[in-house]
Amino acid sequence: MIVLEKRPQPSKAWSYATPLVAVLATMVFGGILFAILGKNPIEAIGTIFWEPLFGEFAFYYRPQLLVKGAPLVLIAIGLSLGFRAGIWNIGAEGQYIMGAIFGAGAGLAFYPLEAWYIFPVMVIAGAFGGWLWAIIPAFLKVRFGTNEILVSLMLVYVAEQMLASVSLGLLKNPEGFGFPGSRNLQQYDSAHNAELIAGSGMHWGVVTALIAVIFAYVLLNRHMLGFHIRLTGEAPRAAKFAGVNPARLILFCLGLSGALAGLAGMFEVSGPSGVVSIDFNVGYGFTAIIVAFLGRLHPVGILLAGGLMALTYIGGEIAQSQLGLPAAAIQVFQGMLLFFLLAFDLLTNYRIRAAHSEVA
Amino acid sequence: MDLGEINPILLVASLMVAATPLLLAAIGELVVEKAGVLNLGVEGMMIVGAISGFAISVETGSPWLGFIAAAVGGAVLSLLFVLLTQVALANQVASGLALTLFGLGFSALMGQSYVGVKPPSMGDIHIPVISDIPVIGPILFQHDPILYVGIALTAAVWATLKYTRIGLILRAVGENHDAAHALGYKVIKIRIMAILFGGACAGLGGAYISLIRVPQWTEGMTAGVGWIALALVVFASWKPWRALLGAYLFGGITVLQLNLQAAGVAIPVEYLAMSPYIITILVLVILSADKSSAPAALGRTFHASH
Repeated sequence: MIVLEKRPQPSKAWSYATPLVAVLATMVFGGILFAILGKNPIEAIGTIFWEPLFGEFAFYYRPQLLVKGAPLVLIAIGLSLGFRAGIWNIGAEGQYIMGAIFGAGAGLAFYPLEAWYIFPVMVIAGAFGGWLWAIIPAFLKVRFGTNEILVSLMLVYVAEQMLASVSLGLLKNPEGFGFPGSRNLQQYDSAHNAELIAGSGMHWGVVTALIAVIFAYVLLNRHMLGFHIRLTGEAPRAAKFAGVNPARLILFCLGLSGALAGLAGMFEVSGPSGVVSIDFNVGYGFTAIIVAFLGRLHPVGILLAGGLMALTYIGGEIAQSQLGLPAAAIQVFQGMLLFFLLAFDLLTNYRIRAAHSEVA
Repeated sequence: MDLGEINPILLVASLMVAATPLLLAAIGELVVEKAGVLNLGVEGMMIVGAISGFAISVETGSPWLGFIAAAVGGAVLSLLFVLLTQVALANQVASGLALTLFGLGFSALMGQSYVGVKPPSMGDIHIPVISDIPVIGPILFQHDPILYVGIALTAAVWATLKYTRIGLILRAVGENHDAAHALGYKVIKIRIMAILFGGACAGLGGAYISLIRVPQWTEGMTAGVGWIALALVVFASWKPWRALLGAYLFGGITVLQLNLQAAGVAIPVEYLAMSPYIITILVLVILSADKSSAPAALGRTFHASH
C-alpha cells in the first residue's frame, strides 16, 4: 500500500524538476498521440522541438520565437502575480483584444499624421484598454464579492463581439473595398511597431516583456507589495494579521495583469499582425495560463516557459505544413503539458511512502 | 424590422430547447459543488460530450447511442479531473482550466472529419391528446426526449439531495469533509462519484447542442455555455429547481436575442450576441451578495493524514 505524506515544506528540488518531468511526459504521450494519428512520433516531436532552433530554416524561425514568446511572457507575468495571491484572472484573452482595439484605435485616430508621439500614445491606450477590461471583474469582486473567474471569462466573449463590431464598423479600412478589418498599421510608419533590429524579431513588445520579467522579479523579492502577494497566497490568515488590504491587492493584481495583456495585444496589432480583424486573437490569453503554471509562477521560470511554448507554436506550424499534423493536435499537446505539470506537482508537496502498518 | 414575425409560442418552445444544455450541465455541476468540489472544466467536458455524441450517432445512426457516448465521454474527461484533484491533490481551479483547454483541443482534433456532416435526427415525442392542446401543447409536450430527461434529472437530483441518505452524506462531505471523514464516510470516493456524474451530465448537455439544438459540429461550438452553467449554479444558490428557473431565464435571453437578430432590430448583431454574457455578469453581481448557501468545503482539497 502506498500512502502520501505531506511534506512539512515543499521540496525545492522537485519544484525545479516537475516542469522538466512534465515536458518529458508530454513528449512521450504527445508522441503516442501523434502515432495514433498515423505520424512518425519521433519525427513529429523532432520537428516541433528541433527544427525551429537548429533546422535548415532556423534563421527564419528563431526571430519568430521572440514574436510568439513576447505576448505569452507579457500576459503570463501579469497572471502569475494574481495566481500567487489566489486571484484568478482567466480573461486575459479579452484584455488582450481590448488592448489591441484601444491601441490601434488611438493610432488610427491620428491617421495620416506622422509624429513621434503617436506610438507612445498607442502604448498608453493599449495598456488602458486591457486595464479597463480587467478592472471590471476586480471592481465587482471588491464591491459585490462577485466571482472574478466567471466575470473575467464572460468578458472574453464580450470582447470578441466588440472585436467583430469594430472590424466591421468603427475601425474598418475606408479604402478596404468593403472587406472587414482595419488599415494595416505596418504601412503607417508612426504607428508601426517595427523590428528594432531588422530580421531579429526584436520589437518593442519583446523589450517590454523583458522589462516586465525584471519588474516582477524585483516586485516579488524586494518590495512590500510583492511580499503581501506571496503572503496572501501562502498564508491567508497570516496576511490578515499582517494588515494586508485584500481589496487593494485584488485591484492591483487584476489591473496590472489586464494592462500587461492589453500591452501584448497592442504590440501584436501594431507589429506582427498589423490589422484589427475578426480573427485577430489566437488564444495567447489562454495559453499564457499554461505558461504561468509551467514557469511555476516565477518571473524567470515564465520567461523560459514562454520560450518553450512559443517553440511548440512554431514547431507545430512546421509539423502542420511538413507532416500534415492537424493544428488541434498542438492544442492538445499544450493542454497535456498543463495536466502533467499539475499532476507531478504532487511530488513537490507530498512524499510517496510505502505504508508501514502501525498499531494505533 | 418586424417584431410581429416573432411567434410567441415558437419562442417559448425554442426557449426550452435553448435552456436544456445549460440545465443538464448546471445540474451536474450542482451535484459536484454540493460535494465540495469546484470543477471549472464544464466547458471542456461539454465540448468533448458534443463531439463524442456527434461522432457516435453519425457512425451508428442512432442518436440514443450518441447521447450515451456523450455521457461516457464527459465522464471519461472528468476522470482526468479526478486524477488531478482527488489523487494528485492538485489545485481545483487550475485543474478545471486544464480540463477546458485540453477538452477544446481534443474535441477539435476528434471532430475534423465531422465538419459539415448532418447527424441523424432524434425526432420529437408527440404524446397523444395533451400535445394537441392549443398553446400549451406545442410549448410543453412536443419536444425531443432528452429535454424531458433534463427536467426529470432536476427532479431526481432535488429529491436525492433532500430526502435520501446518500444525498445527506453527499452534502455532509461538501460542508465539512473532516467531520464526514471522522464519521467514517469515504470522502474521496463520494467526491469521485459526484465528479463523474457531473462529467456525464455536462457531456449530455454538450451532445444536446451538437445533436439537437444546432444540429451540426463546429469547433468550439459550446461558445461559453459551460461557463454560463457554472454561473447558473451560483445563481441557483445550489438549489436544483432554481437552476431550472435560471436555465430557462438564460435560454429565454439567448432565444430572444437570436429572434431580434433575425427580425432585424436596429441594434447591431454584435451587441445582441454579447447580451447573454453581460446579463450573466449582472446576475452574478446581484446574487453574489448572498454567499451563505455555498457548500462550506467548496474548492478545498481533502487529504486524510491518517
